[in-house]
Amino acid sequence: MDLATKKELMKTACNVRMGVIEAVFSAKSGHPGGSLSISDLLTYLYFKEMKVDPKNPKCPKRDRLVLSKGHTAPGLYSVLAQKGYFPVDELKGLRQIGRMLQGHPDMKTIPGVDMSSGSLGQGISVACGMALSAKISNDSYRVFTILGDGEIQEGQVWEAAMFAGFRKLDNLIAVVDNNGLQIDGNIEDVNSPYPIDEKFKAFNWHVINLDDAHDFDKIEAAFEEAKTVKGKPVVIIQKSVKGKGVSFMENNAAWHGSAPNAEQYEQAMSELKAAYAAL
Amino acid sequence: MSEVVKKATRQSYGEALAELADKYENLVVLDADLARATQTQVFWKKCPERFFDCGIAEANMMGIAAGMAATGKIPFASTFAMFAAGRAFEIVRNSIGYPHLNVKIGATHAGISVGEDGATHQCNEDIALMRTIPGMTIINPADDTEAKAAVAAACEIDGPVYLRFGRLATPIFNDPTTYKFELGKGIELKSGKDVTIIATGLMVNESVEAAKALAEAGIDARVINIHTIKPIDKDIIIKAAKETGLIITAEEHSVIGGLGSAVADVVTENCPVPVIKVGVNDEFGKSGPATKLLVKYGLCAENIAETVKKSMGLKK
Repeated sequence: MDLATKKELMKTACNVRMGVIEAVFSAKSGHPGGSLSISDLLTYLYFKEMKVDPKNPKCPKRDRLVLSKGHTAPGLYSVLAQKGYFPVDELKGLRQIGRMLQGHPDMKTIPGVDMSSGSLGQGISVACGMALSAKISNDSYRVFTILGDGEIQEGQVWEAAMFAGFRKLDNLIAVVDNNGLQIDGNIEDVNSPYPIDEKFKAFNWHVINLDDAHDFDKIEAAFEEAKTVKGKPVVIIQKSVKGKGVSFMENNAAWHGSAPNAEQYEQAMSELKAAYAAL
Repeated sequence: MSEVVKKATRQSYGEALAELADKYENLVVLDADLARATQTQVFWKKCPERFFDCGIAEANMMGIAAGMAATGKIPFASTFAMFAAGRAFEIVRNSIGYPHLNVKIGATHAGISVGEDGATHQCNEDIALMRTIPGMTIINPADDTEAKAAVAAACEIDGPVYLRFGRLATPIFNDPTTYKFELGKGIELKSGKDVTIIATGLMVNESVEAAKALAEAGIDARVINIHTIKPIDKDIIIKAAKETGLIITAEEHSVIGGLGSAVADVVTENCPVPVIKVGVNDEFGKSGPATKLLVKYGLCAENIAETVKKSMGLKK
């Protein structure tokens, strides 16, 4: 990736993160930690990888994204706003009565949201259904889905993994956001899903380990490899930092589902603005 | 009178899917390793390229159906009522109901008439569960004719539909050449002024038989078939309440949350009269031949007639 493109993506990701902080601060609730850990991923998907058009959000030929870890809706909403699906200012209405942005993604009311989600473990099944649908209609669109590493404790994820591997859904790309933390603590202390890669391999998936989910060159390499895979679904297991970009939120499970106060908000925004300015 | 022809509505379901395959090119059928029981095998044989066995994984199957509906298909997700409405309830609610996706749930082996498999497979709760999902259409056909018409009607509805079918072969009493299915409309099968029996599913035919017996005892019973439990036909229920002053409901489902509850909801708010429920009481089923279980659990014409007679004193 050339430096200019990379810088643009990094700037956009910074804006996405600021949108996340704005949204959860306005709502006084929401999930910043996991939204920040996938901000670079979402930026890459919507600004580099996916064939989508914010002016035609329901285009049947578009690529789809199912946010299986639906609680990180602030991240999705923020990238959709950056992409132009709706005004960035709308983020301040997150979780408010009478406003569009629901606590978890709602495909019926929010432009650009391809599937309603929020109850963990369900989105990957829906993504499989979309991918299968494309296969039988000979459509060329691809389906992306993002799962949490805690989320894969849900049994339905493995029902879907078995199905996708068996059906050879090579138009399906799943990303497991391996930030290592869930509400009750470290994933390996709560109910360890490790080894994640071996599990997907056993279900006949092509596994790509992305060792730094915040490096756009490495993200690009992972998705370029995914494009070469035929006859298997692809899972990218991305090693990420929960709360990435806001120093006091990084690697702290307490920021899974809580909003910053005014002082914390100011600090978070000044850190992100400084990061943007440095670019 | 000609001999009574019987067929299980699950068989009607499979045949209807196959019959509709040509009309709806985007119709796909999913099953969870029960194609020979749900009778989706009829469709499978005709259109193997549009049939997807998801294996024994009902939660995933409902999600697959949601994804296919979100991309323009009309999926019929099929399994036993216990697993469709019970096991997969939360997936049906959140991945199908909440986004109001165009998924048709073909739930077979509903009710106590599952028979020998016993309580774990006898789903007497599915109507109650599905009624709580906003926007869910619920259809419980009474015979082969109605079941086939219901499957066809479901294809024309843009949104989730729960279709309830039985394992037991039951009499075909609707004439396919004259029968007309109207979604959300009850059917008055027999007029009557003394009491109204409102029934659904295999209890409709039992109610017609009960009304004949009651006529001999001097009680003029109206019989209404409610195939669409949601949205329910309020008008026909209110009219019956006003004109007959007593309603007996009959269903092969728990008395908690099913047709009886749906009818009572309408009656209590609009024209309060006694509503007495005939159904499966608050207990689990047992193994045994279906016809004997229907007797054991009080789901026969005699039980309905007896309930009517005992309740006449409550009439408003």
